[in-house]
Parts: sequence; structure tokens; C-alpha cells
Amino acid sequence: MPALSGNLLTVLVFFPLFGALAVLLLRNEDHLWIRRLSLVVGIVEFLLSFLPVWAIPPGSTGFKLEVFYPWIHSPRINFHLGADGISIFLVHLITLLTPIGILASWNEIKHRVKEFHIMLLLLEVSVIGIFLSLDLFVFFLFWEFGLIPLAFLIGIWGHERRLYAAIKFLIYTMGGSTFMLVGIIWLYNMTGSFDFVAIQGLIQQGYLSFSPRTEMLLFLSFFIAFAIKVPLFPFHTWLPDAHTEAPTAGSVDLAGVLLKTGAYGIIRFCLPLFPNASHRAAPWVAVLAIISIIYGALVALVQPNLKRLVAYSSVSHMGFVVLGIFAFTNIALQGAVFLMIAHGISTGALFLLVGMLYERRHTFEITEFGGLATPMPRYAAYFLFAVLSSLGLPLLNGFIGEFLVLLGVYQVHWKWAAWAATGVILSACYLLWAYQRVFFGAITHQKNRDLGREPTREVGARDHVFPDALAGVARALLHAALRLLLPGNSAGDASQRDARSRGARRGRFPCRRTSANFRRKGGVPLR
Amino acid sequence: MNSPVTTPDLLRVLPEFAWCGVGVLLMLLQPFVKNRQALTFIAMLGASVGTLATFFGPAGSAFSGLVQFDLYSLFFHWLIGLISFLVILASDSYLERENLGAAEFYALILFATAGMGVLASAQELLTAFIGLEMSSISSYILAGYRRESIKANESAAKYFLLGSFATAFFLYGIALVYGVTGSTNLSQLASANPSGTLLRLGLTLILIGLGFKVAAAPFQIWTPDVYEGAPTPVTALFSAGPKAAAFALLLRIFATVDAATTFWFWAFWILAALTMFAGNLGALVQSNVKRLLAYSSIAHAGYVLVALAAVTFIKPDPEMHASQAYAAALFYLLSYSLVSVGTFTIVSELGGRGERYLNVDDLAGLGTRQPFAAATFSLLLLSLLGLPITAGFLGKLYIFTAALRSNLVWLAILMAINSVIGSYYYLRLIIVMYMHEHKGPMPADAPVTLSLTASMVITVVVLATLYLGLAPNHVLGIVLNQNLISSSR
Repeated sequence: MPALSGNLLTVLVFFPLFGALAVLLLRNEDHLWIRRLSLVVGIVEFLLSFLPVWAIPPGSTGFKLEVFYPWIHSPRINFHLGADGISIFLVHLITLLTPIGILASWNEIKHRVKEFHIMLLLLEVSVIGIFLSLDLFVFFLFWEFGLIPLAFLIGIWGHERRLYAAIKFLIYTMGGSTFMLVGIIWLYNMTGSFDFVAIQGLIQQGYLSFSPRTEMLLFLSFFIAFAIKVPLFPFHTWLPDAHTEAPTAGSVDLAGVLLKTGAYGIIRFCLPLFPNASHRAAPWVAVLAIISIIYGALVALVQPNLKRLVAYSSVSHMGFVVLGIFAFTNIALQGAVFLMIAHGISTGALFLLVGMLYERRHTFEITEFGGLATPMPRYAAYFLFAVLSSLGLPLLNGFIGEFLVLLGVYQVHWKWAAWAATGVILSACYLLWAYQRVFFGAITHQKNRDLGREPTREVGARDHVFPDALAGVARALLHAALRLLLPGNSAGDASQRDARSRGARRGRFPCRRTSANFRRKGGVPLR
Repeated sequence: MNSPVTTPDLLRVLPEFAWCGVGVLLMLLQPFVKNRQALTFIAMLGASVGTLATFFGPAGSAFSGLVQFDLYSLFFHWLIGLISFLVILASDSYLERENLGAAEFYALILFATAGMGVLASAQELLTAFIGLEMSSISSYILAGYRRESIKANESAAKYFLLGSFATAFFLYGIALVYGVTGSTNLSQLASANPSGTLLRLGLTLILIGLGFKVAAAPFQIWTPDVYEGAPTPVTALFSAGPKAAAFALLLRIFATVDAATTFWFWAFWILAALTMFAGNLGALVQSNVKRLLAYSSIAHAGYVLVALAAVTFIKPDPEMHASQAYAAALFYLLSYSLVSVGTFTIVSELGGRGERYLNVDDLAGLGTRQPFAAATFSLLLLSLLGLPITAGFLGKLYIFTAALRSNLVWLAILMAINSVIGSYYYLRLIIVMYMHEHKGPMPADAPVTLSLTASMVITVVVLATLYLGLAPNHVLGIVLNQNLISSSR
């Protein structure tokens, strides 16, 4: 299908944009249809993101499905997209997490619903654009463009200190991307091109060589922007605030995909364009990565706030990714890519679970909980599953990535691997200890005792999303399909909306009919 | 020199004739036509007729070389005509709200436009002086048009005093240059000896006079007060029109007169650095939106000065390179002028009767109260900030690239630092609009919606911003033209 393959990636990038425009046309108060429409857009985009897979056979090299349109004549900027194995997997990750984020916000977000969904879809556009662009200018464009929706998500729908977190996030990332812009323009002045493939070709064929100092400066200008996004140790301070204050869907997207854009940038741009500088910088970067791993884990160990704990665990895990990239062995790189995806899923699941807890108790403080396993046994089981996957239990997704990274790193620098391995132990410590404090022991708060009872039921139909995220794509799809087809949801008449909002005001979980239906259709029994 | 005035000569100044003529017509109509909208319509017609009259002007110089009609002046005539058209359209609802007379207002705007037109195509310093005076004197009156407001009176008095001072500098500069070279014609100055002290003094004084007009630091002190006190549509005009025209003259002198090119380079370097910092640091601490945008307008003049400094550099292919720096300056002036008219139009509508609601805090919750105004305002602010897909981003990128090509690395770095500082106060406005809730209920007389005319202006500006940001090829084709400034050297 030549016509389709010619523009498949363009469609993939801009489909959510048109979805956002369609959502914009709906009435403000039509919450249900806004949610449904954006969910449909998200799911269709998810399905679309599988179409490119047939064009990228395993083991193939180079970019496939390239899109190339001349855009601006001076300076010469082309709209150049292309996909390879790494980028398409990360695209799957964001297209998977966006519909999950929409479902997770079904009851959490109650004001300015339309704007919220538009922002989620715009964020998706920007992230897919980041992963698919092959023109440095277009890449930068999507990179900058993504900041605004995410800052809005944190700043409007976040928790108490949302403004502080949003501004901090903006300043950090904008500062970083200014450096990158300088680097891109510098590169353009040397080569006369913004095209990644062309510049890479020039470098590989030896037509373009930098002096060591220039190459190092160029490397740093890109690397700092990416290191802030990853985030690597000294640049990480925006992340706990942004994560903690963001609404659940924002945290999921942030942890799941936004952090990966930084690591992806390092793999895609820093290493191929500045190989010598990367090698020279590798020991320093590795030290920073190891500090991130251990420091992130130690801070997570003493966090009194559950969501902050998960955020710091991200710092620790992303340290593994960076370490794997800068070991320059194939195994470690594969491990890093695998870990990116695994971390996106398991940390996304943890944020969803923590978000559920917040919805019921309006706090993240670990001391407020304790003994939750008694009133909420199923929730506790799911949480344990996510925790185990995050700490890298064999047979779960976290294990493969961390193992490959450690294996690959060990082959070249056993000392690095030894230090990094302490992170694996520490992650077991902080996650399991937190799990113990939240779920085991005596119930100290009366509120917790009632958590599993009506009206705040333990696990609503919507909340089944998170095991889906863990179990993989198929169940999420099934669930999403069920949500759409369920009779309790499909009638969008006003009376039902009113009933729902009344239910919400009483602090009820306004999804009762849905879950009842879910039960009837053979879903997990709820009580 | 006694050649008679020919028809092509007259056609080359037809735009100015049209603008002045419609201005006079408006003054004559004033006793008879009481309908404000009719006057607005006539004024808009006048602005567009003047702009379209550029089509009749054949390229070349007119009146024995006093006026040069080339692609460059055509560009600025279009820019100025467009600005005055948009400002007139935006003024309609403002004049109604503030209960001000329309005819003289529009006439003055058209006279100022004509003066800017003269400035843009002047090839001779005294002609330029006439243009400067035409636009300045109309501007002084416009600044104080809200007679009953104390701030407007302060604005007009300040503008008048400091403005006349600066004009005097400009005139002294011309006198000195004439004393040294025996000519005020730019093409004859081109061969002047660049090392003469008196000539340098003259050029310095000219630079000071024009530096005042473009609000370059350290001649920018008047800007916030004047911009704040003037009626907001007039502020929109000030921030775009006279600035563009004065830059047009600066750039033309710079391009033609070698003595100025070598001598002004460091002056531009320092002015650019000072102006960027004065504007951005000043804007950081403002609580009044209009003042904030006034400081931001200073900062943007600084960015254009970076492009001017980049013009001087001589590379193996100086022509090619210089044209890129011109293109950067022109593109930036175009994008900034349009965005500035748009932002001040929104501010003018949000101010409410008597311009009372102009504090940053008054914007709180605008995102829910007036989604259209908030969304468009945010987009324009993002363009000022220089975020991709807007005109402002490409404009900054071109200036940045031009500066780097001229090896002005430090200036480029200073500009990058300033962009980061600037992002703080633009984002602050957006954050207040969307993420803060208004404290207490809105006052009863606070504006609820945008007027139709203002919405039209804003829509045009937003579309233009996106057009320049997404499909700049047409405009680039014009500003990158090799024969942009035809020098009669």
C-alpha cells in the first residue's frame, strides 16, 4: 500500500491533533462525550501505531516509512519523519498510555474537562513527533511544543503546590532546550543542513569532522537538554515536584514517556552525531548515572510521601537507562531500551495505583495508611504486582532490562556494574518497605478501615485498567472496548449525567452501573 | 538639480498623498458626520488605499534623489499601512467606550502613517527629518488623546519634551554631517571619509535621535510611561509603526553610508546588549500588563539591533550574508509589529472603561471567563517568547543565525540569555490567565467579551502569526531579495 505507507507517519503524528480539534468543537459541559471522543481518538491512534510495524522487520537497520516534504526554504528545513525499531516501540508506549490516562481521569478530573483532554492529546502529538522526527529543527519544534500541554496539565489539574511544580518544570526544561537550540544552529552553520540523516552521513563518510573542543561543546549542548529531561542526577530536582503535583494522567505520561524522550534523544542524536565526545564523556556520565541510581534510591527510601517515593524511584531507574547507553555495548543498549519501555509500564502502573489511593483518601502520606491489605485485598495484590515488576523480579518486565544493562556494563567496567547493582538491592528495600508500611500491620486510621466498603469501593471497573497496563496491551484494549460498549455508559442523556455528578458530590464512586455490568460480563468479581 | 517634478515622481509618493488626503478629508467631514462607524470605515479605506497606492509607484528615486522607492520601502509601506489599518479597526470600540472623538483621532493616525512612510523611503536626511516630525507631532497629540486622564497628560508631556529633545539631536547631527560633507543625500554621503571626527559626531547625534525613536537603551526611559498613559490602540501603533519606520531609516543609512557602517557597528553592539537587558529585566518586576508589554517592546527592539549589528560583518560573500541579516531584521520587525498590535488590542479590550483593569492580577481566571481572548493572548505571548510554530520563533532564529554567521558569538549568547529571562514574564501572564482563580467576583463594569472589531484584528494577527511561523516562504522570498535596498552608488 504505497499511498498509505508514504504518509503513515504523518497521519500517526497528526491524528491526535485532529482529535483535539474535534474535542474542541464539543460543548464544554458535555463531559461524557468529551471523554468518549478522546478515548476513541486515543484507541484509534493506538491501533494506528501498530501499522508501521509491518514495515520494520526485526533486525533491519536504517529508517523506514520516511516522510520527506520541503518546508521552509531558507534556512532549508524539511518535514522529515522516519521510524526504526527503537522509536516505534516508544510510540507504542505513548499511544498505550494516553487512552489509559484518559480512563484514569474519568472521575478524577471534574473541572475544565475539555481543556484537559485537549492537552492530553496535544501532548501525545508532541511526543510522537519527538520520536519520529529526523530533522533536527522539526525535532526541536515538537520538543518545545510538548512543554506547554504538560505544564498546563500540572498547573491546572495538579495538587496543592501545582503552580510551583509547573513553573519549575517549565524553567528547567526550557533552559535545557535553549542549549540544544544553540547546538542545533551551530551544527547548521557547519553543515548547512538540519537533516539528521544527512549530517550523520557526512560524519560517517568523514566529510565533516569536529575539533575535540567543538565536538565536546556540541555534545554538551544536546546532552544537557536530554539530561534534564531524563533526569540525570544534578538536574533531577524538577522531577519529584512535577510528579507529585501532577494529576494521575499527567504523572503517568510524564513517567511513562516524557522521561524517555530524554534517553531517546541521547541514543538517537548524541551518540551517532558526536561519537568521540560521547566516548570521552562516558566515564563522567556513568558516574552521574550511578549517583542517580543510588541517590534516587536512598532518597526514595526515606520519603514519607508515597508519590514522591515513586518519583524518586524513576530517578533511580532512569540512571540504569543512561548507564546502559554509555556502556557502548550492544547488550547494555538493548537493555536500556527495554528498560525504558518496562519502566514506562511499571511506573505508570504505580502512579495509577497511587492515584487511586489519593482519590479515596486525599493524601499521599505513608503514615496515614497501614494495614490496607485487610480492607482492600485485591488492590493490595495489584500493588504488589506493580511493585515487584518495578523492583525487577525475574519473569516480570523490570528484570530483563536491568539484567541486560548490568550484564552489558559488566563486560566493560565491572566496577560500574557493581555500584549500579546496589541500586537493584536498594529498590527492593524502598519498594517493599513502603509496601509493608502501607499494606501490612494494624489499621491505624478509621478511614482506612472503611476503604473497601461502600461508598468508596475498593476497586472500581475503571481501576481495572492498571492490571491491564501490567498484563499488556490485549486486556487494556478489551477493557476499553468494554467501556465503550457497556449499556450503562453509552446513553449520554442529561439525567444520567446529573445522577453521576450528584453521586460524585456525595463522595461516591460514580461508576456503579458500569462495574455491575462489568461483573455480569465476567469481569473480576468485586466483592 | 532643477529638474521639474514628473508624474513618476508623484506616483512614488502617492501613498503619502493618499494617507494625508484622507486625513484631511476626515477633518473636513467631522462637523457633518456624527456616525463613528462611518468615520472608521473611511479611515480604514484611507489606510488601505494608501497601501495599495504603492502598486502605482515605479521603482527608482524621485525628486532628484530625495526619495527612494524600492522593494525595501515597498515592504515598509505595506507593513506601516497594515499596522495603521489594524490600529484603526481596533480603535473603533475603544473610542466608543472612552467616549472620544473619532475624526481627529483617525486623521492623526493617518498623518503619522504618512510620516512613517516618508521615513521609510527617504534617501536624504532632511526628508527623513520631515517624515520624523510628521509622525512625531501626530504621536504627541495621540499620546494625550484621553484629555481627562492624568496619566495621558503625563504621557503626552513626557513624550513631547523628550521627543523634541531627540529630534533636536537628530537635526544637529544632520547639520554636522552637512557641514563636513556638503550634502545630506545618503548616496552622496556614501563616499565620505569615514575617519572625520565631525562626521563621527554627526553620525552619533543621528544615532541618538533615532535610538530614541526605537526606544533603544539608554534612550528608552520614556517608553513605559508614555506607553502606559497613551490610549491603548495608540500604544499599539507606537510599539509597531514609528519603531519600524525608524529602524527602516537606520538600516538604510547603515546600508548606504560606509562611514556609518564602520562607525556604528560597536554602537549597535552595545545598544543591543543594553536594550535587551533593560527591557527584559524591567519587565520582570512589572505588575501592570501595559507597562510589562512596554518593557517587552524595548527588549524586542534590542533583538532587532542584534540583527543590525550582524549586518556589518564582511564574509567571503558579503552580499549574500548581508542580505540574510537584513532579512532577519525585516522578518523580525514584521512579526513583532503584528504581534504587538494584537497584544495591545487585547489589552485595550480587557482594560475596561478608563483602562482600570490592567493589573496582572486582573487577568486571573481569564481562561475560563473569556476563552477566546485568553487563548489568542497566550498564543501571541508565546510568539513574543519565541516558541516554535509562531512567527516569533522563526524571527528569533533568523537573528540568532545571522549573529552567529557574523561571528557575534557573545551577542548571540546574550540574546539567548535574554530569551530565557523573557520567557519568565510571558509565561507568568499565561499562568495567571489559566492557573489562577480571580479573587472575589469580577467588578460589574469589567469587560465580559471582546468587541467584534477587536476580535477581527486579533484573528487577523493570530492567523498572520501562524502563517509566518508555519509557511514563511513567501515573505522570506521578499526579504531575502538581493536587490532589496537599491543604492544609487
